[in-house]
Amino acid sequence: MSAWLPTDAEWSAIRLSLLVSLTATAASLPLGIALGRLLARRSFPGKSLVETALSLPLVLPPVVTGYLLLVLFGRRGPLGACLESWFGLGIVFTWQGAALASAVMAFPLMVRSIRIAFAGVNPRLELAARTLGAGPMETFVRVSLPLARRGVIAGGVLGFARSLGEFGATVMIAGNMPGETQTIPLYIYSQANAPGGIEESVRLVVACIVIAAAALAVSEYLERSGRSSSEAQGA
Amino acid sequence: MMARLHFDCRFRYPSGFELAAQFAADAGVTALFGPSGSGKTTILALIAGTLKPHSGVIRFGERTLVDVGASVLLPPERRRIGVVFQDHLLFPHLSVRHNLLFGHGRFGARPMDLARVAEVLEIGSLLDRRPDMLSGGQRQRVALGRALLTGPDLLLMDEPLTALDEALKDRVLTYLERAVAEWHVPSLFVSHNQDDLRRFAEQVIVVEAGRTVAAGPTDAMLAFAGSGRSEAKPGP
Repeated sequence: MSAWLPTDAEWSAIRLSLLVSLTATAASLPLGIALGRLLARRSFPGKSLVETALSLPLVLPPVVTGYLLLVLFGRRGPLGACLESWFGLGIVFTWQGAALASAVMAFPLMVRSIRIAFAGVNPRLELAARTLGAGPMETFVRVSLPLARRGVIAGGVLGFARSLGEFGATVMIAGNMPGETQTIPLYIYSQANAPGGIEESVRLVVACIVIAAAALAVSEYLERSGRSSSEAQGA
Repeated sequence: MMARLHFDCRFRYPSGFELAAQFAADAGVTALFGPSGSGKTTILALIAGTLKPHSGVIRFGERTLVDVGASVLLPPERRRIGVVFQDHLLFPHLSVRHNLLFGHGRFGARPMDLARVAEVLEIGSLLDRRPDMLSGGQRQRVALGRALLTGPDLLLMDEPLTALDEALKDRVLTYLERAVAEWHVPSLFVSHNQDDLRRFAEQVIVVEAGRTVAAGPTDAMLAFAGSGRSEAKPGP
């Protein structure tokens, strides 16, 4: 029985993975909601450019995304230098760097789900709210967001699951330091390269599969029920 | 004394159909009458602020709602106009009670009480239901109650009796008459049914192919329509 319980090192990787994924999801969700709604509702110059940039992390090798993040957020990078001088915040080789990499890699999936959810909200319901005296922000908070909530939660869950599995970009910007930046995938990678490590990795591999499958099931369920509710919005 | 509504706007659809309508409406209940596609609903949308005219002016009493030349374009939430949409547009995630209270008292033109509105429209027993549990006639009454509860200066109704069978139409008309009598809300509604006009409207504006072709007391306008002028060409 105890053979199936995680070791201290594995617990450390699990805790760090949860911290990184939750931070990445919580930090990127507001931006994902704003961008998802914008893309679902508005036409504007450069929209295709935004859509292309948004999808790039899906098709680029994760290591390339990690490289670009390293260039931008390195101590001498344009954004990294600002963060360090203004807030004393270093990104490279920290868990915050891992969270940044996870957020960037998960963002396209999250926005896709949120965008579909907002596209399913009947825009005439938003107009009805305006004629009842609600301004644009109140309409968003009281009508659009509640009606899109299942897709928004599904996007968050998908983003969380994707963050949990992030490897390539994370190793580029955060490294692979046990207890500091070594998340579950990095731990499995390190173990797999050590003698007898393949067998030792089984517990976390199973944990990863279970978490990912559960997240996908929840996300799929929420998207489906969101679609049914948007079909009923003519009421 | 009711404020006067002045409407003089142009609006062009991407299809090329152009609305260029002018009219003034006085007290009580006014109907926009004409065949389907003549632009009646577009006129309501322009007054409500859910469409923006390409040019023109809309005034209600002392207030300018739209003056394109002077860059005045009040957003819908500042027009103080209640709207009953043809498809009701009740919020599916809210109960009837919360639909009714969504804009309660916001426009403040007249004090409105939920209990009284529910009593007049006979929707008190529906307050805890969701919109998808209501019949067409019940939705129509809830949509009317929701618009009334904002305390609007003006009430717009887009074909409030369409899609109702004769018995239900008669009942909903009764509710409309009660509401107008109780709260004296100036009302503008769209219809292409002469019987509805005869029963409910005090004055009629005839719309044909995007133009207002006549306006006056209901009987005179129905006689005008009966002369064959209202057989307009299809619009957008």
